[in-house]
Amino acid sequence: MGNVIGIGAAPKRKEDQRFLTGRGNYVSDIKRPGMTAGVFVRSPHGHAVIRGIDESAALAAPGVIAVLTGDDVKADGLGSLPCGWGISDAKGVPMKEPPFPMLAQGKVRFVGDMVAFVIAETPEQANAGAELLKIDYEVLPSVVGVLEAVRPGAPQLFDDVPNNICCDWELGDKAAVESAFRKAAHVAKLSLVNNRLIGNPMEPRAAIAEYEPGTDRFTLWTTSQFPHVVRFLMGALVLNIPQHKLRVVAPDVGGGFGVKQFHYGEEAVITWAAKRVKRPVKWVASRSEGYVSDRHGRDHVTEAELALDETGKFLAFRVKTLANMGGYLSTFGPNIPTNLYGPLLGGVYTTPAIYCNVKVVFTNTVPVDAYRGAGRPEATFVLERIVDVAASEMGIDRVEIRRRNMIPKEAYPYQTPVLVQYDSGDPMGCLDGALAAADVKNFGVRKAASASKGKFRGLGYSTYVEACGLAPSRFAGRLGARGGLYESATVRVHPTGQVTVMIGTHNHGQGHETTFAQIVSDKLGVPFENVDIVFGDTDRVQFGMGTYGSRSLVVGGAALSKATDKVIAKGKKIASHLLEAAEVDIQFESGKFSVAGTDRSKTFEEIAGAAYVPHNYPLEVLEPGLEEQAYYDPVNFTYPGGCHIAEVEVDPETGTVTLINYTAVDDVGTVINPMIVEGQLHGGIVQGVGQALFENAVYDEGSGQLLSGSLMDYCMPRADHLPMMKVATHSTLCTHTPMGVKGCGEVGTIGSPAAVINAVVDALSHLGVTHVDMPATPNRIWRLLQNASLPVAAE
Amino acid sequence: MKPFAYHQPDQIPDVAKLLTSIEDSKLVAGGMTLIPTLKQRLANPPALIDLSKLGNLKGISDDGATITIGAMTPHAVVAASKLVQARIPGLAALASMIGDPAVRSRGTIGGSVANNDPAADYPAGVLGLGATIVTSMREIPADKFFLGLFETALQQGEIITAIRFPVPQKAGYTKFKAPASRYALVGVFVAKFADGVRVAVTGAGPGVFRVPPMEAVLSDNFDPSAIAAIKIDTDGLTSDIHAEADYRAHLVTVMAKRAVDAALS
Repeated sequence: MGNVIGIGAAPKRKEDQRFLTGRGNYVSDIKRPGMTAGVFVRSPHGHAVIRGIDESAALAAPGVIAVLTGDDVKADGLGSLPCGWGISDAKGVPMKEPPFPMLAQGKVRFVGDMVAFVIAETPEQANAGAELLKIDYEVLPSVVGVLEAVRPGAPQLFDDVPNNICCDWELGDKAAVESAFRKAAHVAKLSLVNNRLIGNPMEPRAAIAEYEPGTDRFTLWTTSQFPHVVRFLMGALVLNIPQHKLRVVAPDVGGGFGVKQFHYGEEAVITWAAKRVKRPVKWVASRSEGYVSDRHGRDHVTEAELALDETGKFLAFRVKTLANMGGYLSTFGPNIPTNLYGPLLGGVYTTPAIYCNVKVVFTNTVPVDAYRGAGRPEATFVLERIVDVAASEMGIDRVEIRRRNMIPKEAYPYQTPVLVQYDSGDPMGCLDGALAAADVKNFGVRKAASASKGKFRGLGYSTYVEACGLAPSRFAGRLGARGGLYESATVRVHPTGQVTVMIGTHNHGQGHETTFAQIVSDKLGVPFENVDIVFGDTDRVQFGMGTYGSRSLVVGGAALSKATDKVIAKGKKIASHLLEAAEVDIQFESGKFSVAGTDRSKTFEEIAGAAYVPHNYPLEVLEPGLEEQAYYDPVNFTYPGGCHIAEVEVDPETGTVTLINYTAVDDVGTVINPMIVEGQLHGGIVQGVGQALFENAVYDEGSGQLLSGSLMDYCMPRADHLPMMKVATHSTLCTHTPMGVKGCGEVGTIGSPAAVINAVVDALSHLGVTHVDMPATPNRIWRLLQNASLPVAAE
Repeated sequence: MKPFAYHQPDQIPDVAKLLTSIEDSKLVAGGMTLIPTLKQRLANPPALIDLSKLGNLKGISDDGATITIGAMTPHAVVAASKLVQARIPGLAALASMIGDPAVRSRGTIGGSVANNDPAADYPAGVLGLGATIVTSMREIPADKFFLGLFETALQQGEIITAIRFPVPQKAGYTKFKAPASRYALVGVFVAKFADGVRVAVTGAGPGVFRVPPMEAVLSDNFDPSAIAAIKIDTDGLTSDIHAEADYRAHLVTVMAKRAVDAALS
């Protein structure tokens, strides 16, 4: 008999047993009888007209079963890949939403755009067949950068999207901001680029689809963060498959980071193809294929201005951003640089007026969508960089200027001028905690030691707040969401007292099988090992919106908490009958139902047994069985926040930046499992450091070729790039989630880029450097130093 | 990967025979470049000729004035060799910096030198030490062996059997790693002999090359400060998304200074 392991404990992760012993079950591990292999033929051009496709040689190749193209999609009358958000401009004019066909029709719009699908007996034969497909392209000039895409005369991706602008979006009181700028004692200005990123989950995307003619049912196994959403989007909107005839399974998934939270054309093509060839079809992406087809992240060009009074108080903030959408609108695409960006520009500060204008722009690149943090890292980067610029220009200490503008703990709930209302927080507490943990007071000694070796040392601060736990459906609906954003959980108590939870979130590295089991163990008083968490299968789990936006614990955990409460409530009714006491007198504590003030009690197992063997049971008023379900739709976002401090050393001879120390103090609300939270913070910080120092998706203007299309050219952060990190939590409790949780999946990625870049700029500030774009590569730093105002003396 | 025939001869004459009789056939030593190329379907050789059964191509020997390393000796063995560490520590250090542990365990010196990747490490060591490439047909001095991007003096059917390194008074290798691939963005090997200094650079251009102005100065004064002011011409150097030619040129000087430092330490 095991123990209760409750909220706040740090048991080892349940799921790691199977992962570490090679017993995981990933899509590529699955084999179905009679399975065929599919290969996508992708555009080698950034922009081209498809003049014709000659399938004859491919079809004649050994083992080739079928070749499918955009013409077949059109002939079958299939839908376009849907966008889940419809945003509008300031006048209420909806965004331009050109169709996104699952196989290209007439034109390709990025390198990697899918042109055909070749199905054969084996992957080798499918590859060989794919190479024999003759596609006649008329190559057009490509445009890959946002600045280039909106210029007059730029290549136009769509006939009915002038200047490639999908939407000219605004938020905030423009007039109030302008008036504040007129009164400002100082205006800080900053132009910056938020670099394009490629997620690179360890497991490449993969899918298998099968059609059973006997039941007219489809099954799709896919590497997805949200199988129910795939079922809805693909079944209802693309392939016209009734929901009850479509099962979507996302088994073990090896990392997502957003890359797997979209409905991809590959899923639709494979499901459609399985019925056409009457056999299961499997596709597993290569790493190279992932680079040109996994949705990319970030890619902003921004001009920001901060108005301050003479004491350094922020009066107004104005941000103009061009956001790259790539060649088509992906599932969440237009929502990311708008609704998840503008509302976060207040940060942890009391800035009274904010205006944000985002032009969402099509280019000949892979569609851009959410990547860990999604909009909030971009907002934090702009804000925390310009705060440093303002401090430097006004001669105010960087910590002091932040203090002068911070929202005091007592001012929560705090209504920002950009829609969101923060329920709770203590930015000053996080800042003080981080300053102490980072030993900032002795930084000067460390800087001098670096200088004696010819190195420049810098310290960088970033505070942040983010909005996660996506999302209150009503609020999201007003912003353009086309779906709900609640979550569901079913708690099934077995006759012997063990528990199976069916939940709509998806575990792909977050440790849900452990965290959720702790919640149930804690609330029901059942042993931790007696709780299993089921997810990722639309036939087993009632419904769900999946895992993204740091929502699993916040929204899914809340649904689970509510369903567990319902189990307890029913258990009390059963207990009141068995113990012959009034229901109001029944107490439930530590796995025991007891009559208040007596020693009469029933264990949880006894109540479960009675529910399923209802010989002595109030059948007239109560149904047998012990299984409860809850849906939870949050009333607000949650707002984790914190302070990150990075310390770097720059080698002026080579331009190399080394991250020496990293400190993070984060407010994530109630912590269920501190070990898992720490892991999430570590992982998130590493991805943010990756953006700041290493990662960059580079396209060739004109040809649209992805120049950083492999791990040889796209630099992922490695263990030896990183110091041991100091992470801690300084939590205030969320006032509206059942357990006070706020979410922790993305905070590391949100706080870290600005902290690292602020440290790099600090290290080089004595040379007149005021800004460094990401990633701060050796080549870029060396070049900055060549142009810096003072000579580099480190020979 | 496309289908191919696989041969595993145990005699060098059989290798040569297969190589000349099967057009476009490829030798496999460690396969650290070839196998990924095959997997990406970028090469389609009709046959692979595996050299791993040629027993006499592995091993390291001390010949007094020279050290000879068999062509099929993996990098990890060179890196860990007490003999190489004692006699040419710079070369052992170079081998320890190649790729990652998996690559060092499979990849071989002969494969690396024959492939002549412009960013590989061994060509800098071979040229910097003025080694001799011993083949199934002849002996080729390093100065005549490396002919530019993936090109060498090897002829059809000719197989590297060993590399013979003269033992220097001092030698050092320093490499600035390309951020993503960790190949040499710029790697510099410096070797000091009784009759002068050799400086060889990899990664900066389309092939490994020597830097005569640095060699001249260092021959008089083997100290990093001697070359600090020498600037490398950017003509012919590589520019890519990781580094433009002027940055590579700058790094040649920085890495050369550090290589001298390493040789002296």
